[in-house]
Amino acid sequence: MLSFILRRLTLSCFLLFLISLISFFIMTLTPGSPYPWGEMNPKISPEVKAAFRKKFHLDRPLPEQYKLMISDLFTGKLRSMKDDLPVLQKILERLPATLALNITAIFLSLSFGTLLGIYGACHKDRWQDLLSSILVFCFIALPGFWISYLVVIALVKDVGIPFLGTHSYGIDFPNHLSLWLDRAWHIMLPALLLSLAGMATQSRYLRASLIEALQENYILTARAKGLSKTVILYQHALKNSLRSLITGAGMLLPGLISGAVIIESIFAYPGMGQLGYQAVLERDYPTLIALNFIVAALVLLGNLIADVLYAIVDPRVRLG
Amino acid sequence: MKDTPTTELWRRFSENRIALFSLGIIIFLTLLAIAITLSNLHGTPWPMDPNLTNLQQKLCSPSSQHWLGTDHLGRDVFTRMLHGTSISLSVGFTAMLVSLVIGVTIGSIAGYCGGKIDQILMRCVDALLCFPTFFLILTAVALLGPSLWNIIVVMGLISWTGTARLVRGEFLVLRETEYVHAAYILGQHWLRLIIRHILPNAAAIILITAVLGIPEAILAEAGLSFLGFGVQPPQATWGNIIADGKTYLLDAWWLLLFPGMAILITALAFYLLGDGLSAATESRTAKN
Repeated sequence: MLSFILRRLTLSCFLLFLISLISFFIMTLTPGSPYPWGEMNPKISPEVKAAFRKKFHLDRPLPEQYKLMISDLFTGKLRSMKDDLPVLQKILERLPATLALNITAIFLSLSFGTLLGIYGACHKDRWQDLLSSILVFCFIALPGFWISYLVVIALVKDVGIPFLGTHSYGIDFPNHLSLWLDRAWHIMLPALLLSLAGMATQSRYLRASLIEALQENYILTARAKGLSKTVILYQHALKNSLRSLITGAGMLLPGLISGAVIIESIFAYPGMGQLGYQAVLERDYPTLIALNFIVAALVLLGNLIADVLYAIVDPRVRLG
Repeated sequence: MKDTPTTELWRRFSENRIALFSLGIIIFLTLLAIAITLSNLHGTPWPMDPNLTNLQQKLCSPSSQHWLGTDHLGRDVFTRMLHGTSISLSVGFTAMLVSLVIGVTIGSIAGYCGGKIDQILMRCVDALLCFPTFFLILTAVALLGPSLWNIIVVMGLISWTGTARLVRGEFLVLRETEYVHAAYILGQHWLRLIIRHILPNAAAIILITAVLGIPEAILAEAGLSFLGFGVQPPQATWGNIIADGKTYLLDAWWLLLFPGMAILITALAFYLLGDGLSAATESRTAKN
């Protein structure tokens, strides 16, 4: 197990290197300049321009720029080209909100996805299955921003329930409990909308593996012994299919962060998605590269944890 | 008479009424898109010019004159949606084609060659899979500038990884089959071996990923439009009708509802079609 983890960590380092290389070249090879002012702005003196180029190493050849950027990233010296704040600080400020949103979304995806999957598999090829399948495909086919707008219009405008941002403003919370409840309430809706696509994948996955499991011989044996349907389903078949939860959780992460760019901007939720979108708009290369790097590291870590958990849960799986 | 694999597949597929219905919707939309493109090429946009503005009739709610209302410049939403059909669908189809060509090529090379080449290519795929796809597309399109071709090419260049993985997996299995060995012993060129003997047997899986790739591209374009980096106005797509209308969404619900429904129904049809196809191929292999 330990050697597997070590090997995976080495591989992850190599992948992170590739990822940083790809994102660096996407930034530098595309046309346009990262200056905070217009390139031809006559009011900016050549000295100021030269100082800016020197500060962000733009006067060096590309390979050296890359090297300096990565070493700055690891030493925490990397600064945003727009507001000159340390990039790591900007990202770390947003990390708790992002993690809270994404973990809630993963939890919702897996739990509701599992329920829908069980429901579909139990009613295989009947109208209930058909209905739940179509519902699930609707979840993937929904444009995320569209459904968010519909929900926001319906709830904020017509019903008048506030839930934008991370917490309610202008209220003194009497105790910690009510503060946390308020936060949980604000996270619920964006997380639910964010989790729809993952819910769909999870439920299709579980449905397929459960249908397969229900055709196995040991299920026939269990039925022949006269066990009840519930016991067969939950104690025999589902146990073997639940492993898909772990892989599912590992695969959900990149998709969630993509979806978060849009959902966060609609719900005014201060997460990493919004930070990334802002950085794209401002062509803030250091922030973009650091963001890609940290997200990729989170994804790799998530996958590693998923693989290890998988091996722990299922003794048939041998790592290595 | 013994059925050929294709007719067998079609027979199983056509038993699935929902998938058949989805196929009908897709064919209808495609024909519509072709008709509209032809009318544009001919210089007489049908049913009328989608960019015809009429400021006296801006933000009209749906009526008998404007079936789906008008937008903030008094343009007819129904006409714009019809014209958006051709752009949205062609973005979906072309982006899928680009990613399919890259994915199938890389997947076949990795699966056929195996060994070191396979290792290197698959590590690159792993690296790309760590990126949040939509965010990467957004970054690249924003930096390159949002034109129709940039959007298509960037989407194609970024979303081929899933296809490559699937094709590789299929090739690893097919490579070891007896008929491929036989063809190899007969001294067939490797390219002919891949194209004539292995690829046709992976056709089903490639077809399914192709069908599932189209709605992904359509949804991604809509998302880009929403953030301001999609196909640029005045060219209409379903996504940018919503994006244009978002400023007025509290007053003009029709600018939001109908294009969104169009995206939802189209994407749903493609997903259900893909599901029907994969069910049909699975039951075929299960029977064998």
